[in-house]
Amino acid sequence: MAGTVGAQRTVATSGIDPFSRSYLEDPYPFHEELRDAGPVVWLEDLGVWATGRYEQVQTILNDWQTYCSSGGVGISNFHKEKNWRPPSLLLESDPPVHTRARAILARVLSPAAIRRLREAFHAEAVKVVSALVDGGRFDAMADLAKPYPLKVFPDAVGIVDQDRETLIAYGDMVFNALGPRNDLYAAAMARADEVVAWVTARCQRGTLAPVGLGADVYKAVDAGEVTEAEAALLVRSFLTAGVDTTINAIGNAIFCFAQHPEQWRLLRDDPSRARAAFEEVMRFESPFQTFFRTTTRAVEIAGTAIGADEKILLAVGAANRDPRFWADPGRFDVSRPVIKHVGFGAGIHGCVGQMIARLEIEVILSVLAARVERIELDGTPQRLIHNTLRAFTSLPVRMVARH
Amino acid sequence: MPKITYRHADGTQDSLDISPGISVMQGAISGGVKGIVAECGGAAMCATCHVYVDQKWLAALPPMNAVEHEMLETTAAERRPNSRLSCQIKVGPDLDGLVVGIPDRQL
Repeated sequence: MAGTVGAQRTVATSGIDPFSRSYLEDPYPFHEELRDAGPVVWLEDLGVWATGRYEQVQTILNDWQTYCSSGGVGISNFHKEKNWRPPSLLLESDPPVHTRARAILARVLSPAAIRRLREAFHAEAVKVVSALVDGGRFDAMADLAKPYPLKVFPDAVGIVDQDRETLIAYGDMVFNALGPRNDLYAAAMARADEVVAWVTARCQRGTLAPVGLGADVYKAVDAGEVTEAEAALLVRSFLTAGVDTTINAIGNAIFCFAQHPEQWRLLRDDPSRARAAFEEVMRFESPFQTFFRTTTRAVEIAGTAIGADEKILLAVGAANRDPRFWADPGRFDVSRPVIKHVGFGAGIHGCVGQMIARLEIEVILSVLAARVERIELDGTPQRLIHNTLRAFTSLPVRMVARH
Repeated sequence: MPKITYRHADGTQDSLDISPGISVMQGAISGGVKGIVAECGGAAMCATCHVYVDQKWLAALPPMNAVEHEMLETTAAERRPNSRLSCQIKVGPDLDGLVVGIPDRQL
């Protein structure tokens, strides 16, 4: 549909609301409509731009000079309204602030540092999987997708507490807050004071274990690179982005394999496919569906003029299934070369923890592949209805052990 | 289109015409050049698109930022003074003829 916005310019418009319940339950028909409406589309109900096409999403993610993150990566514009929490030095910042923060985390999360985590991740994966496969029927969210990341990742960071469910509540808040102030936001924020206090306390140097990724961040304070308060915000980034995301990625992976048994057979017969299989899960059922950028100047996208300081929604889940870029995008295929998916974002803000996520999920999938003949749904999965995340609250499955 | 040459550790090489605006890493991946893994897709987080830049081209490259510097500290093959991450080098007309060496391993 064509319409006029502001000055005399014709733009593609759409009545799609990417935060409506029907969209969040099943985004894929809406994704198609959004992509087909144009390279960039004005969403009338929300008053923001949106794109679901791969080419535009990729271009925008790789041009931080024009499409900044300091305006927030949700629908609200930090340049115009105050955020509910102090902005992240990483997610919600631009160079040079961002570069300084990112360099510290690049050091802490270096390939060498991540290699050292493999053994502990593997031991926990074996423990979790062994307990489940013997029983056969379980909830893949409550019994597998949650306990494994909730053990290995906070352990790696240096969280001493063993009761860690609050981290899930925090991720739920932060990512729901990227959407509008709807009922999902209100529900997620119900325990905000208590949850924020818990997480803030866990980010302090004295609370963290003396050895771990958190303690490594604080070494940058000793080196005079950041203040103590900035280090706490960087540790907060771990705790925000490192838990829900991998939990949901594991849940989505199990769902994909339950739905596509022939793909599980490929992985089972060759567990070395685990890493590539995870990339296809990220493309096919992207746990993180949307984020926003804010224009720093007036710009033209594929012939559409966009003003300065306007918000653009990037539907990365839609871009990951854009038939203009992917061959047969609706097919789940673990043998597909998918290095270009945007499930982790791209460019300078590409997920800083993506190599840990790859390790976590490669390890759990390869341990499962060695033990499990097939995975079957054992009841109706319950979807999480969330402004940003695509996930399940419950995923009953039956796993048949290999002989 | 600018021509970029990728020299392999075994002495063979691939020369490709690369569209301006994409990175030396993306050019290699699109062109099927072996030895560039680029698992993180260009986010400077995996250090698996490491290259040795031909000395005479070093000065023509965009300066290295702090993130790239940190990543190069943990490359699988040894870091040398001419080490760069190919995902951080955007191809433009000024780099027509660029030669980069690919290390013997990235993982």
